[in-house]
Amino acid sequence: MTIRHGLLALLVEQPRYGYQLRIEFESRTGATWPLNVGQVYTTLARLERDGLVEPHGDDGEGHAYYAITSAGRAEVARWFAEPVARSAPPRDELAIKLALAITAPGVEVLRITQAQRTQTLRALQDYTRLKAKATEADLAWLLVLDSLIYQAEAEIRWLDHCEARLVRAEAEVGKGETAEVGAATAATTSRGAGS
Amino acid sequence: MTAPDLHPILRMVNVHRTHGRGDTAVHALRGISVHVLPGELVAVMGPSGSGKSTLLTIAGGLDAATSGDTFVEGVPLESLSRRELAKVRRRSVGYVFQDLNLIPALTAAENVALPRELDGVSARQARRDALAALVELGLDDLADRFPDDMSGGQQQRVAIARALIGPRRLVLADEPTGALDSETGEAVLRLLRARCDAGAAGMLVTHEARHAAWADRVVFLRDGLIVDDTGSAAEAESLLEGAR
Repeated sequence: MTIRHGLLALLVEQPRYGYQLRIEFESRTGATWPLNVGQVYTTLARLERDGLVEPHGDDGEGHAYYAITSAGRAEVARWFAEPVARSAPPRDELAIKLALAITAPGVEVLRITQAQRTQTLRALQDYTRLKAKATEADLAWLLVLDSLIYQAEAEIRWLDHCEARLVRAEAEVGKGETAEVGAATAATTSRGAGS
Repeated sequence: MTAPDLHPILRMVNVHRTHGRGDTAVHALRGISVHVLPGELVAVMGPSGSGKSTLLTIAGGLDAATSGDTFVEGVPLESLSRRELAKVRRRSVGYVFQDLNLIPALTAAENVALPRELDGVSARQARRDALAALVELGLDDLADRFPDDMSGGQQQRVAIARALIGPRRLVLADEPTGALDSETGEAVLRLLRARCDAGAAGMLVTHEARHAAWADRVVFLRDGLIVDDTGSAAEAESLLEGAR
């Protein structure tokens, strides 16, 4: 998660101080990715060092304001224009677990997929409840929720796919080798949309 | 969920359904127990052939179990005559299928009024009830439209209105979002959810996790058995069972 760009994007709107940035960031993203105020100040210090923000006085109550510089604006514009890189998939514990479970002796892989699906579906239910409560005015928050919903859904679809492949592999006769082929396929088709 | 009426509207106990016999017998359901309380929406998921749709047709009295018991509002379906069963199907249960839910020659209001007319109320009263139901669901602007002039999502929402008109409190939905795009599908689910929040009991068969997630509880079927259950968020019913 790039805190740098998140803070810069908020400073495009108006100068703000650290605590305000944290509150604003969390309210836009529904506190899905909480920031601690220390992270905010460290990041602001680095942004200042890099010439992307500059001090903008204080309000007499001890709040040190920061404003974005023109270099900072250019950086935000570049960030919005560039797609997020997917070249290095984040380490995915579930895909790794399944890939290893398939060859591990005495592990019931279908039990793993089923337990995971139930767990992920519970998360999906939670997101859906939050969505049911949100209002249309909260568009940014709704879109963040949809992102979580689609990711959870993708994981469930992948689990369905793994399960179908495993059942098919088990049904085929030469089970040892067939199962390994299934494992390799399952691992390589692992979630592009995973978090 | 309200306190006074917490008896399940649908209760299935150890339900089996076998097609054919001997070596060629197919065990579609192999001992399913599930219940749906008023105010509750239960989703049923599972791969194709897992028995989801069979479960739903037995719950609605459209098919009979080979063994086990199904109760709708406390009435054991297995003990009913064909005539009595037809009455339960007509009076207690509403169905929403993937498509072809509405009669093309009737307007939305006439479609919704139809079950009331079959209940034996006057045509005028039936129309009044239908309009009230459509207003309550925010669908009144569709009242005089024919199904062909409605979108798929609008048709499904009218079908939900029809399923729960009058005294009906159990809605059984089989892939009601099947042919719809994601946003329209969501509108259908929101309506189903709202009807359950208002006191109906719903059972939803779907293969879409995103839609199942609107339910209070999701049960997973595989090879005719329930293999897992998300439980309800607040665990209300386990608390309840302890209290009974």
